Amino acid sequence: MSIAANESDFLKLQADRHFSRKKLVSFGFPTLALVYLTYIFISFDILGLAQRFEVDNARALVADSYSYKTHIARDNRTGDVTAAIEGERKGTYAPGTAPEWVTLGAAETVIYLGDGHVVTFGAENFVSYDIPGYGLITAQPSRAKGVQAVLPTDDVPAWINLSKNRMAITSEAGRLTVTRNRTEVFRYFMGWELFFFTLDSPYHGLGFGEVMARALGGEHAEIWQDFWTNKMWRHQDVAWAIFETILMAFLGTMGAAIVALPLAYMAAKNFTPFDLVRQVTRRFFDFFRGVDALIWTIILSRAFGPGPLTGALAILITDTGSFGKMFSEALENVDQKQIEGIQSTGAKPMQRYRFGVIPQVTPVLLSQILYYLESNTRSATIIGAITGGGIGLMLTQAIITQKDWEEVAYYIVLIILMVMAMDWFSGWLRRKLISGDESGR
Amino acid sequence: MAELTGCVTDFRAEYMAQVRRKRMMNGIILVIFIALMVSGFMIADDRNAGGFWDGLHRLFDFPKEVLGEALGKLNEMPAHFVNFLPSLIETINIAGASTLIGAMLAIVLSLLSTRGMAKWPRLIGFFRRIMDIMRAMPEIVIALVLIFVMGGGPVPAMIAIAFHTAGALGKLFSEVNENASLKPVEGLQSVGATWSQRMWLGVIPQVAPNYFSYALLRFEINIRASAILGFVGAGGIGYELKNAMSWGKGQYDEALAIFILLFATIVIVDQLSSVVRERLTHGKTSRTLEKASA
Repeated sequence: MSIAANESDFLKLQADRHFSRKKLVSFGFPTLALVYLTYIFISFDILGLAQRFEVDNARALVADSYSYKTHIARDNRTGDVTAAIEGERKGTYAPGTAPEWVTLGAAETVIYLGDGHVVTFGAENFVSYDIPGYGLITAQPSRAKGVQAVLPTDDVPAWINLSKNRMAITSEAGRLTVTRNRTEVFRYFMGWELFFFTLDSPYHGLGFGEVMARALGGEHAEIWQDFWTNKMWRHQDVAWAIFETILMAFLGTMGAAIVALPLAYMAAKNFTPFDLVRQVTRRFFDFFRGVDALIWTIILSRAFGPGPLTGALAILITDTGSFGKMFSEALENVDQKQIEGIQSTGAKPMQRYRFGVIPQVTPVLLSQILYYLESNTRSATIIGAITGGGIGLMLTQAIITQKDWEEVAYYIVLIILMVMAMDWFSGWLRRKLISGDESGR
Repeated sequence: MAELTGCVTDFRAEYMAQVRRKRMMNGIILVIFIALMVSGFMIADDRNAGGFWDGLHRLFDFPKEVLGEALGKLNEMPAHFVNFLPSLIETINIAGASTLIGAMLAIVLSLLSTRGMAKWPRLIGFFRRIMDIMRAMPEIVIALVLIFVMGGGPVPAMIAIAFHTAGALGKLFSEVNENASLKPVEGLQSVGATWSQRMWLGVIPQVAPNYFSYALLRFEINIRASAILGFVGAGGIGYELKNAMSWGKGQYDEALAIFILLFATIVIVDQLSSVVRERLTHGKTSRTLEKASA
């Protein structure tokens, strides 16, 4: 009886201890996480971020990624009026032509911004902007007297920025900037401009049906040529860049697998009797993995220059370490019974490997390789951004210009689609190859 | 008897035909694979700035140059280590914070996208797609855009890595969740627990060790990622490395010090996390063994 009481006391004590440990863990971990995040909050200066945050940049970025603007500009010294999409040379309308909402004339140019907003470039550099609900703003820029703006009201509203030599009007329909040398109107449109054809192509502005009809009528080569060599969006270069990125991932992953497999045998306990060889190989794997892809990329790009080959080799070297480690672990987990069974039929060592080991490890290795193929597509994008190759390079170039955000958005979408496609492809291949093996075919 | 022998020969012929077919298929796949590798290599070689064969003998020039210079200034090495320690800590902090934030997001996302646990079962597919997109987003993409908006520093890198981590861990976590028992959840539901209570008390205790193990693995990966992001301007040791490299000759001792620091960090974290993960999974099996023997 007393023994039973003792035992129940002991059990109770144990349960109490168990509970208090659980309590400690379940409250301790969240507390630790909170403390760490507080530390990060202070050390990363999150509060200071509010000042560093550039709202204008963010706004421009977001607006530019889904819309574009057409510039109508007049050089106040020569009087020439040009129309250009995004103000870029490759998006400039031929002299004497303009979008249909602009009426070019010898004496005056009338620009309809929609919703009743009308800007008129008159003679002698005269500019007027008729804003419904506000009135007519006029300006007479000259080199000597500044812009000489006249507003219908005495006080200057917040959306007009006015000084002696510069006037900027931002309305909901567009934007007008007048300086002594230049008068410029922006009109904003949704979408990505000139995505299919640039202005110099005869197919610009045609509907999808019209283009298709012409393609069927025998112009498909010209249409494809115009689309493929689009100077604004560079479809050809983008396609090559994506191909290069996938190529880097493919060459790197497969090359690493080919190099790592024989080395993995040397690092596996049950295949290498010499402990020294095993240890040395393992340390090699650790070294290749530990020196990060970043450092390999730097070293290799010194020897091979920027490009996809450098990226592929960087992936190859890093992943040789990862694969070597994983493969040797897979080899150590091989079931000896199968090998013994094959040995009992009098198989030679090579045959023992071929029929006893390879069929066992192939599914494991394949699934690891294919998993890495997908993840390396992402790495190849990143390495490309550093070493200069593939879609990563195009992305960094587009970001550096700080104005082609629609291209940045386009590349981001393409990268996501590329990685997802590789994910799907490697999953499909894995199912195909591995289940194909299991069914004994 | 004759019939049976005939049957066996049939079988054998069919089996041999099957084997031959399989061998031929394997041979074709092998040939295609080799052709892809060779042509891929040639294209990559062609599009690279410097060729493979020209560059091969120059491979060790740069390491030699760096080592040569650094060995001459060996006495300055300890000072460099001390100098770069704060930026190394920043890199580790970026990885740590982003792993933590990413893992917390991943827990919520994975619970929302596991059948039987989701708060809104109809939105399971939606949350899975979100995780797919987050996973597919390379860190550098978000980091570069955020650097433009927020300026350089550790925060853009942290957000970028956390975003990707949430997607990557979310997928792994939801696989873990699928193996968790739903009985505690049902038990809690029967006493009127809310969704968050059911998840926190019914699911998390079951899956926490596995979560932790995956998060550690991710931490290891994120240290590398945060070093790389530093290289494009997001602070930390990568940024110092870029500076040292762009100076070129004369600063190679600093570059080497950074190489060594980064290498040591990666190896140490790698070893530590594999020990801890081993203990986590091993500890669990020993406990279940205890239970089984009791």
